[in-house]
Amino acid sequence: MSTTVTTPAPQRGATAVNTLTQGQLPKFTGIAALVVSVAVAAGVMSLLQSANIASVVIVGALLFLAAMFVLSSAVEGVRRAKDRFAKYIVTGFFLIALVPLISVIWGTIANGLARFDGTFFSWSMRNVLGEGGGAVHAIWGTLIVTGIATLISVPIGLLTAIYLVEYSNNGKLGSSIRFFVDVMTGIPSIVAGLFAYTMFSMALGAGHKSGISGAVALSILMIPTVVRSTEEMLRIVPNELREASYALGVPKWRTILKVVLPTSIAGIITGVVLAIARVIGETAPLLVTASITASMNMNPLANPMATLPVFVYNQYMYAPGIDTAAYHDRAWAGALTLILIVMGLNAIGRFIAWKFAPKAGR
Amino acid sequence: MAATDAPEALDSRSDSHSLERSSKRFGDSLFRGMSTGSGILILVILAAVAAFLVGLAIPALLADADSLQFGKGQGFWSYVAPYAFGTMWSAILAMIMAVPVAVGIALYLTHYAPKRVAASFGYIIDLLAAVPSVVFGLWGIAVLAPAMRPLFMWLSETFSWIPLFSGQVSGTGRTIFTASVVLAVMILPIITAISREVFLQTPKLHEEASLALGATKWEMIKQAVIPFGTPGIISACMLGLGRALGETMAVAMVLSGTGIISFKLLTSQNPNTIAANIAQSFPESHGIGRNELIATGLVLFIITLAVNMTARWIINRRKEFSGAN
Repeated sequence: MSTTVTTPAPQRGATAVNTLTQGQLPKFTGIAALVVSVAVAAGVMSLLQSANIASVVIVGALLFLAAMFVLSSAVEGVRRAKDRFAKYIVTGFFLIALVPLISVIWGTIANGLARFDGTFFSWSMRNVLGEGGGAVHAIWGTLIVTGIATLISVPIGLLTAIYLVEYSNNGKLGSSIRFFVDVMTGIPSIVAGLFAYTMFSMALGAGHKSGISGAVALSILMIPTVVRSTEEMLRIVPNELREASYALGVPKWRTILKVVLPTSIAGIITGVVLAIARVIGETAPLLVTASITASMNMNPLANPMATLPVFVYNQYMYAPGIDTAAYHDRAWAGALTLILIVMGLNAIGRFIAWKFAPKAGR
Repeated sequence: MAATDAPEALDSRSDSHSLERSSKRFGDSLFRGMSTGSGILILVILAAVAAFLVGLAIPALLADADSLQFGKGQGFWSYVAPYAFGTMWSAILAMIMAVPVAVGIALYLTHYAPKRVAASFGYIIDLLAAVPSVVFGLWGIAVLAPAMRPLFMWLSETFSWIPLFSGQVSGTGRTIFTASVVLAVMILPIITAISREVFLQTPKLHEEASLALGATKWEMIKQAVIPFGTPGIISACMLGLGRALGETMAVAMVLSGTGIISFKLLTSQNPNTIAANIAQSFPESHGIGRNELIATGLVLFIITLAVNMTARWIINRRKEFSGAN
């Protein structure tokens, strides 16, 4: 093949070929090939009268891959051509993943801003038909339900993690708890909701709907996350700290409370915050437990309680035929609020992890 | 339960060897009791979930076909079969789309991205995992479905001889294909995160040995990284599959499914998933209908349990065989 184009003898002097870059494509080849292929794709597709962003990008990318493979195998050999091919494919996959992310965030912001106003945060849906109305009842509901779920999950999760790390000694109970926590991580959220619903229906009468049953459903999803993250954090506390404490005659429980937990507290809080962020957006379990209502309900023990995710679902999917846009706008504003809450919680969690992380090498 | 005997057994053993037997403090036993108790509580909760589901599913399983609300005249098993099919079918489609991309991204983040930005690129992918499922549902129905329609039209015109793409194209774009794309986007960050961890654990010496023998980067990845990471990738895929099987809202919103078994991707007649069917049918269910839905939930629970257990089994087996640990 044309690999013979490489000049054989290394020459010295001003016109000499750089022997280090011999047999390689110049650096600009990639960019040049990309520009040319996209331009060709745009030309061809507009000739076929099917030019839009998607088709031009796809055809352009395929052309680019083919062109680079041919060029590279001609100049650099097939092995390097394959190497380049893999590099472009892998980079392309990363770019592909950005498309839905940007699209989701852009779509939510663009559609959500229409009703992201004072009314939305100060009105409930009581007696509202068509335009107006808001989600203040759903926001309160989300805060109450998630708050109760956190109050249930954090002590159980924390204590279980302490048991696993400090007390279980890799015994049978410890490994079976660890196994079943893994199993629990995989419970589909709707199944957790069904469980909470049936449990409360049996105890308090059929068709029971309340915030607390939603909170129980969310706890089932939250506990395993808290256990796993806390366990990981407790495990990285160095054993020397525990031993130093025991050597001073401090009992085990005080060692855990005063030495182990303070050392790992930042990581534990991060884990809890991320767990909250995970369950605050859960819809399916709340749909069957807390259900939806148009009015404010601050009592988690009785009557349906609106929550933000269910509010979004309800506003979009059960919008009536007239004034549909008003319902859809409210749904998008709710989605935007939800995304802001979740992203905010994630940012807080990462900030705590970063700010209070134990300094290495101290 | 045999498992609850373990702490006593441990206690007596450690007591006989321990110097602090005499100094058994109240605080210690209280703290120990509380943490052991909450560990056992988790086992109890899980047992309760299983017991409630089984207990309430049994009436629907035993009832005769004509008394059922949803499966009237056909019996429970033929009622749940199409939904079980839809659950598997949508999850498999999502896996086909998500796995190559996710593994590719993990490779990009660990071996190709510039070192300085690799971590922040990783965060960007993690952001996808933070988006609530209802927002994905909303996006799927309002943004993705209309955007997919031109693609569907083209596929249908060009490839209608393939049975998958045959039939009348849905007017709304809300088909099982769109739902699977949403599912794929949702499981992508899970598979990426685990694969990335696994790729990072590849022994540096293996990679360097390969490069020193003159391998290109891609050959090094094929020789050192992929073989080392295969069990990890498989278990990551299983966990992603578990998530895709159990995902409710995205499918419930995107898909207006019916109880049919159909492989066609582009038509408006789509199979529904178990989880989405529960969410959609629950408000109108009553009496035995609730039992039926709970029984379908049990079927879903068993399917996801099997998938997750297989994943854990692969992870644990890997620990024994790999030299890294």
